[in-house]
Amino acid sequence: MGRVAIALRMLARDWRAGELKLLGLALVVAVTSVTSVSFFADRVRHALTRDAHQLLGGDLLITSHHPLDQAFVDEARRRDLAVASRIRFISMSRRGAAMQLTGVKAVADGYPLRGKLRIAPAPNVPDTEARGVPPPGSVWVDERLASALDVNVGARLELGVAKLTVAAILTLEPDRGVSFFNLAPRLIMNAADLPQTELIQVGSRVHYGLLVAGERESVDQYERWAKTRLGRGERVQGLESARPEIRVALERAQQFLGLTTLLAVMLAAVAIGLATRRYSRRHLDNYAVMRCLGASQWQLFAFFAWEFIALGVIAAALGCALGFATQQLLAGGLTEFVAVVLPPPSWVPAAQGVLLAFVLLLGFALPPLMQLKDVPALRVLRRDIGRPRERQLISYATGFAALTALILWQAGDPKLGAYVLGGFAGAAIAFAAISYGSLRLVASAGGLGGIAWRYGLANLRRRARASTVQILALALGLTAILLLTVTRADLLAAWRAKTPPDAPNRFILNIQPEQRAPLASFFQDHGLPSVTVYPMVRGRLIAIDGAEVSAEHYEGLRTKRLVEREFNLSFMDELPPHNRISAGRWFAAADRVNGAFSVEEGIARTLGIKVGNRLTWSVGGRSFTARVANIRRLDWDSMQVNFFVIATPPLLERYPTSYVTSFHLPGSYAPVMNKLSRTFPNLTVVDMSLIVRQVLGVIERVVQAVQVVFLFTLAASLLVLYAALLATEDERVREAALLRALGASRAQVAAAQRVEFVVIGLAAGILSAGGAAAIGALIAEQVLNLPYTPNPWLWLWGPALGAACVTVNALAGARAALSRPPITALREAE
Amino acid sequence: MSKRHDEPIVRASGLTKIVPNGDATLTILQDIDLAVMPGEAVAVVGASGSGKSTLLGLLAGLDTPSRGSVCLDQTEVFALDEDGRAALRKRLVGFVFQSFQLLAPLTALENVMLPLELAGRGDAQSVARVMLERVGLGDRLNHYPKYLSGGEQQRVALARAFVIRPKVLFADEPTGNLDGATGEGIIDLLFELNSEHGTTLVLVTHDELVASRCARRIRLVGGRIVDGER
Repeated sequence: MGRVAIALRMLARDWRAGELKLLGLALVVAVTSVTSVSFFADRVRHALTRDAHQLLGGDLLITSHHPLDQAFVDEARRRDLAVASRIRFISMSRRGAAMQLTGVKAVADGYPLRGKLRIAPAPNVPDTEARGVPPPGSVWVDERLASALDVNVGARLELGVAKLTVAAILTLEPDRGVSFFNLAPRLIMNAADLPQTELIQVGSRVHYGLLVAGERESVDQYERWAKTRLGRGERVQGLESARPEIRVALERAQQFLGLTTLLAVMLAAVAIGLATRRYSRRHLDNYAVMRCLGASQWQLFAFFAWEFIALGVIAAALGCALGFATQQLLAGGLTEFVAVVLPPPSWVPAAQGVLLAFVLLLGFALPPLMQLKDVPALRVLRRDIGRPRERQLISYATGFAALTALILWQAGDPKLGAYVLGGFAGAAIAFAAISYGSLRLVASAGGLGGIAWRYGLANLRRRARASTVQILALALGLTAILLLTVTRADLLAAWRAKTPPDAPNRFILNIQPEQRAPLASFFQDHGLPSVTVYPMVRGRLIAIDGAEVSAEHYEGLRTKRLVEREFNLSFMDELPPHNRISAGRWFAAADRVNGAFSVEEGIARTLGIKVGNRLTWSVGGRSFTARVANIRRLDWDSMQVNFFVIATPPLLERYPTSYVTSFHLPGSYAPVMNKLSRTFPNLTVVDMSLIVRQVLGVIERVVQAVQVVFLFTLAASLLVLYAALLATEDERVREAALLRALGASRAQVAAAQRVEFVVIGLAAGILSAGGAAAIGALIAEQVLNLPYTPNPWLWLWGPALGAACVTVNALAGARAALSRPPITALREAE
Repeated sequence: MSKRHDEPIVRASGLTKIVPNGDATLTILQDIDLAVMPGEAVAVVGASGSGKSTLLGLLAGLDTPSRGSVCLDQTEVFALDEDGRAALRKRLVGFVFQSFQLLAPLTALENVMLPLELAGRGDAQSVARVMLERVGLGDRLNHYPKYLSGGEQQRVALARAFVIRPKVLFADEPTGNLDGATGEGIIDLLFELNSEHGTTLVLVTHDELVASRCARRIRLVGGRIVDGER
């Protein structure tokens, strides 16, 4: 019979005997929580990429200033790729006397290849997904154009010499792009109507675009082909970054989920270590007997190794299946807000789950198992020999290192991983040191009190190591529970507070200096809250420290385009709310005199700008230079007006300035916007409500998702608590029997155990409150970038939970210890 | 290796066990010379602390001596490493212990199957079943040790010891944990099985009645053989 077969039978027997249930459960919980979150994160990642494709309208876009060669279309079709063309230009649209400069997009069937257009039957009513493109003879206009020309659905407007019917209000164009500045009102028409407008003449400024979509590999091949055939003025565009607001929300969502998972894994590791330790202690005799029966060390080790491998495979498979089911649950609601359907997950998370199971087993189950190998056969004759030496620290350190590597890999967020691991490792060391120290201290007070008190304290002292392990495990478990209940609620509240339901949902651009006062009165007259307007000047970055800035110097299309584009600069004396300095200092008096810049963190990283660099800008043909005084971190999810670059006022005041603002417009006030557009026709009002709705939706879903994943961590915590308290159960049962045999009453035995448990529970509770407060603050400040004040209730909840846990255990334990006649317990324990 | 029936199957020469005891040393066994012929039944008797169990552990290769040697079936036991000794035990030796030493998570049947499985026998289950029926536990096959009485547990242990047809059976106080009547039943069974299988028996006991069932008695006092040495 092969070793594997014997190992499988041993697994079945051990499982049946309940020896492995705790271990197996801990493994399943760890794998489930990790795979559910990484399956989910995997899909969200893919969705974000696809979102980015939607912003382009396809997987690839070829643009040109002249009609593209038919060869580009033919080649794409030859490769089984979908194609759609679109033509964009700016023109004047008219209705009666009303005229409006309009961004026109002429599209043909098939457009857009990625994403969907959304339209509504009238302004400010719920929209639906559009089917196809406007039929010939009709156009879809956005709310601003409808308002500017005062047209409704069914009205006719003039575009060039053609008269076209407004068939719907356009509410969403996926490929409108993230740059909503300087946007003219929009109109979409059917490409078939283009000739009759007679707008496209030789010399007209028209952007031709060919969208391509299909299998990723074919698209990549096509892109390589196309790039070799590009003529003058033709270029291939890849992905634009997805909307930063949504991206930030989703990233933070993943951080929250990642945090929860990390805790579950850490706890599972502790539970596995404790459970295996108990397993190996209970198997010392079995091992010795088998040695006696002639099994070699290696043979026995192989049996146990196979047994645990089989356990690992089963637990991993079960965990992956449960994880997959859970992520379906998580993904179910989120799709409503982010995308129509999340793409299916890849196999990577499953592989991670299996790997995790084995890292956990190798790291935390192997060390105690390895000790079994050293048990001498002589133990069958003399029980006093063959207690394994405690040399676990080094073995566990190896396990911890492996787990760390795995977590950092799977979390995809090294920073969060490092903080959680570091926080927990630090907490574990501190907990162990404090509890060991205080146990010795408490034990020295043993002279006081009655017999129960004395005996309980004596036990704590005698089992100082085991008690420390118990307090440590309990404290870690409770820390996780506190982090996930009290602290999590605080963190989620802090996050929600950043994107409140009254977050700005409208932007007004192009406010002229002299319009500031009339606009303020307009807001006041219509019962809207007053708004802060920010100055905005458009400029181009031309040099960093004297070195010319050119697209060629940067990698990546997005960066290249950033460099080529004009920036929106602002100037102000005070740091705007929702901004934080991450390097350098906010403008000092000297900066105002000499001129200085404040640069947003992300763009600074992209362009390689640091505090102290001298930036040269060109504004309206004139250039000026000043140094960077600080780097700023922005809250993208604040939905406020944000600027990449802010200058000291004297630098920019003399240049042509327009103003911009954002504000929250309650739904019932929608008609006021039409009036605003008519009163100030030059203003551009951008409706951000859809994005705000999406961000809020994502947050709400994430809160729910975190709660689901939280259950795993809670389960893992409970397993740790259970394993920790079980660790000394065998010994406790024997001691209770001995005390009873010596004539102690049941009450006395129970009281002595209670003393022990109360001390352990309170100590663990107090430590965990401190741990949760410290780790929570660390994560909030350093990783999630949220303001956080530790909740004072932690100090009540921690000890209360600790006491509750041990009380339950003490009751159960005492029953186990006292329910059997002493002789049975003594015999079993022999 | 050729086996001759006039050669002892168990032979100890100059066997000495000294253990450190604080700053001094403690001699548990001193210069034990002993030979047991195939099929012989030998009782090792003596008071508590006389070194009986240590001697048994050394003879079975479970422990290593400070000096001296043990030959089991012509094989020098302490020339082998621990795994080599385990292999030797698997081939030659059966054990019965005072505290039964059944594996708690295994049923009676599984406990008896264990040595067969370790030896890689495919027929473990049927052979073990027959053996349990032989010791009168055919109706307790799937009971766990904790649901068996002391006598029943020791019968399972006997079945486990004999199921591999060992050449030598080492028994360490097999009745030590049993009441008189039950103990007697176990000893009867032990000797029955012993004669059925032609096994050599080395039995440690402080019970003179049990010892009297053996053909030869060796008495240990203070780590030395005072009676029955050959």
